[in-house]
Amino acid sequence: MGREEFVFLLMGLKWTVALSAVAFVCGSIAGLVVALARTCGIAAVERIMAAYIAVFQGTPLLMQLFVVYYGLALVGIKMDAWAAVSLGLTLHASAYLGEIWRGAIEAVPKGQTEAAKALSLGYVSRMKDVLLPQALRISLPATIGFLVQLIKGTSLASIVGFTELTRAGNIISNQIFQPLTVFSVVGALYFLMCCPLTIYGAHLERRFAATSRS
Amino acid sequence: MNYTMDFTPVIDGLPNLLAACLGTFTLAICGMLLATVIGIGGVVLRQSPIKFLRWLVIGFVELIRNTPFLVQIFFIYFALPLAGIRLDPTPTAIIALGINGGAYAIEIIRGGVQSIPKGQMEAGLALGLHKAQVFRLIILKPALRAIYPSLTSQFVLLTLSTSIASAISAYELTSVSQRIESESFRSFEVYFTVTAFYLVISWVMMRIFALFSSRYFSYPVK
Repeated sequence: MGREEFVFLLMGLKWTVALSAVAFVCGSIAGLVVALARTCGIAAVERIMAAYIAVFQGTPLLMQLFVVYYGLALVGIKMDAWAAVSLGLTLHASAYLGEIWRGAIEAVPKGQTEAAKALSLGYVSRMKDVLLPQALRISLPATIGFLVQLIKGTSLASIVGFTELTRAGNIISNQIFQPLTVFSVVGALYFLMCCPLTIYGAHLERRFAATSRS
Repeated sequence: MNYTMDFTPVIDGLPNLLAACLGTFTLAICGMLLATVIGIGGVVLRQSPIKFLRWLVIGFVELIRNTPFLVQIFFIYFALPLAGIRLDPTPTAIIALGINGGAYAIEIIRGGVQSIPKGQMEAGLALGLHKAQVFRLIILKPALRAIYPSLTSQFVLLTLSTSIASAISAYELTSVSQRIESESFRSFEVYFTVTAFYLVISWVMMRIFALFSSRYFSYPVK
C-alpha cells in the first residue's frame, strides 16, 4: 500500500469523524428531548417514548439506515447519502442516549426533586440547575461508551453507499488486492479513535465508583 | 410526489424471508455459543499466572471492542483463506460473530467472577469442599445471576449485528431482503417489513431470556 492509498483512507477517515460528530451532537440534542419526554410524568408521552426507544434498540442499525435512506426518497425529500446517513445515525443516537440519560435522571436521588420543588423552582430551573447537572455526571461513562459504539456504527454507512473509512478501505482493497493490509490499517485507524475514549470512559467509571463508595 | 406503496414483492417473498429468519437465528445461536466458549476460555486465560497470556487476552478484548464489526468480518473473511481455511460465508460469519461477542463476554464474565466475595471461596474450602465443588455449589449460581442481564443484552445485540453478515453475503434475513429489493426495487416496503421482523426476533429473544431468568435465577433460591 503506497502513500496515495493511505491518503485516500485518511480522506475516508475525515468523513467518519464528521459523521460521528454530526450524529453525536444532533443525537445529543434529540436525545435530551427524548430523555425529558421519557421522564415528564405524562403517561401517554412516556409510553410513546418508551416505544420509540424500544424500536431503535430492537432493530439493527443497518436496517434503520436503509429505512431512513429509502423512506426519505419516498416522501419526496431529495437527500444525498451523507444527509440520509447523518439523519439515520442521529435518530439512532437519540434513542440510545435518551435511554441512557433517562436512567441517569432517575438515578438522581428523589430528595433532589423534592427539595427543588420545596424551593418552588419551576420545571425548567429544576431540570437545568438541579437534576441534569447531576444526571450528566452519572451518565458520563455510559455516554462515552455509546460514543464509541456510534463511531464504530458509522462504518455501516459504507453499505448504504457513503464513502467513509470502511468504504474507502473497500475501494482501495479492490484496487490493490491486499485486503489484509488495507483492513489492518483501517482497523488501526478506528482503534486509534476509539481506544482513548474507551480508556477515558473506564477511568471516569472507576473514579465515579470510588467517590460514590466513600 | 405521489407514491403508492406496493407490498406485493414482500408478500411474494414471504416464504423466503421467513426461511431467512431461521438463518438469522442459526447465526445468532451459533455465534452466542462460540462467544460463550471464547468468553469462558478468555476469563480462564485472563486469570492465568503467566503474564504474557493475561496481556494477550487484554489486547484481544481491547482490539475487538474498539474496532467496527464490519471491519472485523471483512478481515476474517479475507484472512481465513490465506490461513488455508476455506469456508462458506455463513460459517465465516459465525466465527466473526463468536469472536466479536466473545470479547464482550470476557469482560462481562470477568465482572461476574469478581463480584463474588473472596470469603465465600475461602469458607467453602474451610468446610472441606474441593475447589470444583466450591465452584459448582457456591460460586456458580450467584456469578451467573450477576452476569445474566448484561450477557443476555449483549446476546440480543449480537443477534442484531447478524445483519452485518450480509456484507459478506452470509445466509440471513438482511441479505435475502437485499436480493428481493434488487429484484423488485420496492426498497422501502422490503426494508420496513424486515425491520419489523427484526423487532419481533429481538423481542422473542428477550422474552425467552426473561423466562429463563425467572425460572432459574429468581429468589427464593431453588
